[in-house]
Amino acid sequence: MIEPMDFLLWVRGTAFDVSLGIFVIGVVVRFFEIFSLGRAANFAEPRGTEFGPGMRTILTRNIPEAGTFKRQPLTVIAGYVFHIGLLISLFFFVPHIQLFAATFGFGWPGLPTPIVDAAAVLGIAGLLAVLWNRLTNPVMKLLSDKEDYLVWVLTFLPLLTGYLAYHRMVDPYPLILGLHILSIEFFLILFPFTKLMHTFTLFLARWYNGAMHGRRGVES
Amino acid sequence: MSTATLERGLNALREQIDAPVAAFFSSCVNCGMCAEACLFYTETGDPKYTPIRKLEPMRRIWEQEYTIVGKLKKLIGLAEPVTDEMLEQWQELIYASCTLCGRCSLVCPVGNDIAFMVRKVREGMVASGNAPPDVQSAAIRAVKIGSPMGIRLKALQAQIKHIEADTGLKIPVDVEGADYLALLSSMEVINFPEYIESLAKIFKQAGVSWTLCSEAFEATNTGIQIGSTDIARELVQRVVDGAEKLKVKYIISPECGHAYTAIRWDGPNLIGRPFPFKVVHILELLDELRASGRISTKDLSGECVTFHDPCSIVRKGGVIDSPRHLMNMVSTNFVEMPDHGKWNWCCGGGGGVSANTDAEELRTRVFRRKKSQLEESGATTLVTACANCRLVIEEGLEEYNMEFPVTGLTEMLAEHLVIEED
Ligand code: HEM
Ligand code: SF4
Ligand code: SF4
Repeated sequence: MIEPMDFLLWVRGTAFDVSLGIFVIGVVVRFFEIFSLGRAANFAEPRGTEFGPGMRTILTRNIPEAGTFKRQPLTVIAGYVFHIGLLISLFFFVPHIQLFAATFGFGWPGLPTPIVDAAAVLGIAGLLAVLWNRLTNPVMKLLSDKEDYLVWVLTFLPLLTGYLAYHRMVDPYPLILGLHILSIEFFLILFPFTKLMHTFTLFLARWYNGAMHGRRGVES
Repeated sequence: MSTATLERGLNALREQIDAPVAAFFSSCVNCGMCAEACLFYTETGDPKYTPIRKLEPMRRIWEQEYTIVGKLKKLIGLAEPVTDEMLEQWQELIYASCTLCGRCSLVCPVGNDIAFMVRKVREGMVASGNAPPDVQSAAIRAVKIGSPMGIRLKALQAQIKHIEADTGLKIPVDVEGADYLALLSSMEVINFPEYIESLAKIFKQAGVSWTLCSEAFEATNTGIQIGSTDIARELVQRVVDGAEKLKVKYIISPECGHAYTAIRWDGPNLIGRPFPFKVVHILELLDELRASGRISTKDLSGECVTFHDPCSIVRKGGVIDSPRHLMNMVSTNFVEMPDHGKWNWCCGGGGGVSANTDAEELRTRVFRRKKSQLEESGATTLVTACANCRLVIEEGLEEYNMEFPVTGLTEMLAEHLVIEED
């Protein structure tokens, strides 16, 4: 049996460095894969520009079109709730910022713990709602494959273990903290090779969409 | 056309994969929102019509050949290959249940341009021999005879003679050095010759120097619809040759949606160089004539009219405001449908669907979307600017026993045109 403390030291040390390395290299490789495919020159005389409309679409796609929203409000609302909950817990929890500052030498102000605590609960609830939606909505059910569920688990575990660790709900504490960090390492390692990549590539996708439409004089 | 095989089909799909496609597939989170934008899903409730799912053959090729993990999975035998059976099964999804209307592309939260990719998958379907037979024969007629409906120059000449005799107007043909070369769609020649008459009337009044070309009058491009770059290129080349021979400054794309996509946006890329002339849609030109005061209208009725936006002209073509300006020129009571402009719903017959007999039943079902839009608008007459939309809508209305006159915008403008005799 390894001791919880040794486990914690290992996940904080070597394991963390390795997974962070895989994450960074993986993301770079994935972007290289995409850009290396290139894009053919377009000889049609443009009606509008590409760059501006592309940037605009990056922003405007955050808001769903009214009719589509009415047809599928749960997907949008649960999606927003879990993303916001996740991002607040990830970036505004003081210990996370301290860890970041210790590594990179700079940080930013965190939010009071009760707010972060509420955000984590919202994140967990939102993720459960999103999962329920995926299992019951006929379109999502048909579209989903193993990867969609894997990605869900990878996102859910850090939130859950983080919550359990913070509230000291598992004894011994080093064990649950170690598991929290381990779940983040799984997340980091698999991130570049799964749909989690959408976090970065969606900016590119939205830009291409906005640019291709903008060229033809359509706001997309 | 060279013989179609699976290998050719897969190669064609590979060739279509570029950086935007890779960015789109990398970003899709399978959220299903695109289904809510597509009339084939909203009107049937069948999840198999979800837009992104229509791209599964290309997504597999992309994953298995252009991503590290996909390559690994393939290596250890975990990848599901794209087979002939799969492509055959996908024919309905790629042709009968997609009009390339582009509505899904405006809705996807991660920004995927799905219609752009359906168009690409069609290349693979043609090359693997999985395009619908009807659309395929239309494409062959277009190459051999010069028109997808098999309309020859003689038929056009007969219509011209008719119009000239009836109206005393002159329809110029093969006039070298004219400013504008007008293209037509076969449907206009056969079903709506009023369009040609309207052009003659309006252009005479406005003093526009124009011509038709006996070697290049067909504007539609079945190569684009079916998804064959080779055919599309050949058809565009004919128009370019005609325009260059007559030394025109502009080409006028007719009241036909996909013709505009074909000549305006795809044309230069098909021949691999910018055009030495400009391409304008007839509605853009009419709007210009309106703005410069060269045409005006009279005797407008107060009847409530609405406008159906042809997807290829509006959402995919960017001609959004011109039809609105012109509608207000022909009516004092123009109202919009609930979703209009770039958010319009397709008539259900674009992208080759109306030429596909396998799609007939489905097309009638999804027409319900247009039907309810029309009912909600409160209008009593529908105006549009695409011969294909017009025929599809007329058939749909008949199917649902609705009395609803449909007319073309150019034609309506010509009816109300102020003619100053000289
Ligand atoms: C650490 C960062 C992120 C993670 C872990 C993450 C994770 C996920 C997961 C698991 C899903 C699928 C949800 C489902 O099963 O329905 C999803 C969907 C989605 N994500 Fe993210 N995401 C991240 C960042 C972002 C960012 C920065 C954006 C946008 C600015 C974004 C936009 C979306 C959208 C639009 C969807 C689809 C809508 C939905 O299902 O609600 N994500 N994300
Ligand atoms: S809306 Fe976009 S992200 Fe969602 S399933 Fe469709 S293509 Fe994928
Ligand atoms: S382009 Fe139109 S018809 Fe085709 S999948 Fe998208 S919404 Fe549906």
